Amino acid sequence: MEHIAMPAINFAPIMPEMILSVVAMVLLMLNVFVPGEQKGYLGYLSLAGIVATGYFVAIGWNQPVEVQMGFAGAVQQDNFSLFFKGIVLVSAALTVLITDQYLQREECNQGEIYPLMLFATVGMMLMAAGTDLMTIFLGLEVLSVSLYVLAGFNRGSLRSNEAGLKYFLLGAFSTGFLLYGMALTYGATGTTKVANIASYVVDNGVAGANVYFLAGMLLMGVGFSFKIAAAPFHMWTPDVYEGSPTPMTAFMSAGPKAAGFAAFLRVFVSVFPTLKADWTDLIWILAVLTMTIGNIIALSQDNIKRMLAYSSIAHAGYALVGFTAGNGVGLAGIMFYLLSYAFMNIGAFAIIILTGKKGEANLNVSDYAGFGFKHPVLGLAMSLFLFSLAGMPPTAGFIGKFYLFSGAIKAGYTWLAIIGVLNSAASVYYYLRVMVFMYMKNPVEEFDWMRVTPAFMLCIAVSAAGVLIPGIVPSFVFDLAQKALL
Amino acid sequence: MTSLLTIMTFTPLVGVFVLLFINGRSHNALRGLALAVTVVAFLVSLPLVTGFQNTADYQFVENIPWIATDAFQMHYFVGIDGISLWLVMLTTFIMPIAILSTWTAVEEKVKEYMICLLLLEVGMLGAFVSLDLFLFYIFCGLMLIPMYFIIGIWGGKNKVYAAVKFFIYTMVGSLLMLVALITLYFKAGGADFNITRFYALTLDPATQTWLFLAFALAFAIKVPMFPLHTWLPDAHTEAPTAGSVILAAVLLKMGTYGFVRFAMPLFPQATAQFTPLIATLAVIGIIYAALVAMVQEDVKKLVAYSSVAHLGFVMLGVFAMNQQGIAGGMLQMLNHGISTGALFLIVGFIYERRHTRLITDFGGLAKQMPVFATIFMIVTLSSIGLPGTNGFVGEFLILLGSFGSSLRWWSVIATSGVILSAVYMLWMFQRVMFGELNNPRNQTLTDLNAREIGIMVPLIVLIFVMGVYPTPFIAKMTPSIDRLITHVQTRQLALNAVPAAVQTPDHADCRQCPQ
Repeated sequence: MEHIAMPAINFAPIMPEMILSVVAMVLLMLNVFVPGEQKGYLGYLSLAGIVATGYFVAIGWNQPVEVQMGFAGAVQQDNFSLFFKGIVLVSAALTVLITDQYLQREECNQGEIYPLMLFATVGMMLMAAGTDLMTIFLGLEVLSVSLYVLAGFNRGSLRSNEAGLKYFLLGAFSTGFLLYGMALTYGATGTTKVANIASYVVDNGVAGANVYFLAGMLLMGVGFSFKIAAAPFHMWTPDVYEGSPTPMTAFMSAGPKAAGFAAFLRVFVSVFPTLKADWTDLIWILAVLTMTIGNIIALSQDNIKRMLAYSSIAHAGYALVGFTAGNGVGLAGIMFYLLSYAFMNIGAFAIIILTGKKGEANLNVSDYAGFGFKHPVLGLAMSLFLFSLAGMPPTAGFIGKFYLFSGAIKAGYTWLAIIGVLNSAASVYYYLRVMVFMYMKNPVEEFDWMRVTPAFMLCIAVSAAGVLIPGIVPSFVFDLAQKALL
Repeated sequence: MTSLLTIMTFTPLVGVFVLLFINGRSHNALRGLALAVTVVAFLVSLPLVTGFQNTADYQFVENIPWIATDAFQMHYFVGIDGISLWLVMLTTFIMPIAILSTWTAVEEKVKEYMICLLLLEVGMLGAFVSLDLFLFYIFCGLMLIPMYFIIGIWGGKNKVYAAVKFFIYTMVGSLLMLVALITLYFKAGGADFNITRFYALTLDPATQTWLFLAFALAFAIKVPMFPLHTWLPDAHTEAPTAGSVILAAVLLKMGTYGFVRFAMPLFPQATAQFTPLIATLAVIGIIYAALVAMVQEDVKKLVAYSSVAHLGFVMLGVFAMNQQGIAGGMLQMLNHGISTGALFLIVGFIYERRHTRLITDFGGLAKQMPVFATIFMIVTLSSIGLPGTNGFVGEFLILLGSFGSSLRWWSVIATSGVILSAVYMLWMFQRVMFGELNNPRNQTLTDLNAREIGIMVPLIVLIFVMGVYPTPFIAKMTPSIDRLITHVQTRQLALNAVPAAVQTPDHADCRQCPQ
């Protein structure tokens, strides 16, 4: 009897993605049978799915290369990708916890939001694990399409619609850049595999790298810069962040940014190490622009979501400082920082959701007048997140910045570090401004809508722990990040 | 006991956790507990003085690995020497007084206030005992947050402006210092942040210049030195009494202490290079602040400017780089903590009674408040530096030291600052306390109560003790000061002799390095 020869497929590297996709599809079907007011249960199910995925991410740590590689080198679940998968899962899990209550308040309680978030997460994980330009692109598209929908998820709100459309148009545009860059690279090197492109560069050297290849590299850089919202490719960020449903803003600012950095690092650090001198200058400029533009515009924002949108641009700039450094400290610093950023930013957004009112109201900084004393615990948590965003010790935000700037100084970019710390000092002003209102002004009105569900408490508690514990004893996380280097 | 410093530093933190569980409305319980915690911290710190050996070594040392990764090694490395001993004592001593002073002054949000004060104490003590630069930086940052809230929440009319200004000024300086610190770390070979390792380092002059500038900027903002002092009058004027007391008594010392502990020994060559500049700024600060203080209408602002002048003296003494100068500077730090702390308390007393601090609103108070007048007089004289009070000893040593050093002409000009301080202080005293008691609202003022007298008595006692018999204080500092001077001067000589010296750690100087 003839057997059909099945090629040996190693499913281990995509185990997390597979599980999460299956959970998402199951949820999509279950959603039909779950009545409107009980959609929250879907959230718990997706949380269970995320935890299960997290288990497979955890056991994948430090596996031998044969187990890591899959699909003829199209994906590789190395420690690098696992670390980023961890960040992505953390931000997905924290966001799921705060979504249900928000949806009920805004009366757009559609269950599809959970599967969409899970698909976005799958896309991000794929981006982190992709070692083929095509896999990276595939992951990016899975992510982006889900995010376009999520940004416009609040159908009744004009602002949300605007955010979705804007994100879609600009996102598609940036994807075009990326894809064109990939095509040119393929044209020049004849391969889409990251490792093969790297050896092409080694074989041909800088002189041999032809103009198509360099143009491809540049266009890919532009595409990735769009995704991580680096200036001058940041224009979409404020509108999208402000208009999207708040939990989705939290999600977008943490997860996709991390995934974008994962792909950016994967391609640039492992493919173009020999061309480092050429692209470092570009990243240097990108870092300075991103930090400075983000911080300066954030200074004048009154809407807190918009302020955090600009601040998230600035934070991408800090991470780019580590990228410019390009050494172990800087790159591990990026990973540490992005993880910390997920905790502190989602934590802050959780409190923003709590203080907000129906119709995305009550989101001005001045609406926080007296908040700190009215709700001492939430106020304390918010202060913690804001201090961490501002980079004050002893929080993870400080340690993260310390690593990033250390990396830059170690690599000789002292001026970049100085620009970075000055930016950081400027950013203190707008974070402090929220606290000025929280603690130093008298309340104008009562905070009526304030039901802190256990899920919310959990999200805030986990975020606070994630900010404070690595802030005091960062060794464990930083060690992981160092082991996860490419 | 070996873990004395840790127990002392973190006692207030334990207090914070206990306070969290106390009902916010039982104000006296909150105040009592905070007071008890600070008293305990003070009692714990007493064995530091009795057990202190008069040597230059770091004592009560604890060194535990804290952050241990491949790239960075940070240690929880604490210990004290003659330079930090008295500043630690000053902190633990002033805290119970500060808490007592708020007993009736702060009636709102007492719980949060006490928590902020205790957290502040953790930060201050931690910064003084840190011998690991990274740890020092963390504690410095930790100190900033509660002070920001103390000014911003319980402050006066312009509290927000003052608080934000204070925070951003300090933050800019310390962030630039962070860059310098990291640079220094990599120059030292990137092993750990142990201060003795950095002391043993020989840096080339250009690097020293830049790093010194970054460190000096951070500390000069904290001192504050002219022309970076503008945050201080705002912060002092707006802060509640306890905030002002702590700010003057301890927080400003972080700047001068930073120079003595870090900027000068780490960068000896640059120190020599910048001594004229720093001395000039110090002298400008002395004269300028005195002149500005003279025309102030607000008593608290006047005291704030007098702070700037006093710290100018400290800087001058410290940069004289001889034994009298540094000892005088160190002593003057303590004196300033006691006298200016006391002055802020006094301003707090009358503010609590009259809700104004304008000099013109007062006059003739001595008739109505004889006890207050006596105490105020003693403190004023101590602040001026009358012989027999602590202020005299410090200023005298500073002027003596700087006159005998390369800063002779600076000290000549600075001497006129002593006279100016007499002018503005005595004039203010005269306008507030003497003359006609013609304002009807002042005619019903009550004299100090037992609590207020109780707060002032220890300060008054110290004013006289340190004025008449400063020897025990100086004796404990001297070995450390000598070591500092020897260290700096040998380094300067070595660098002058071999200008092309490169950065190689000198192991002969690493006796202190704990292995």
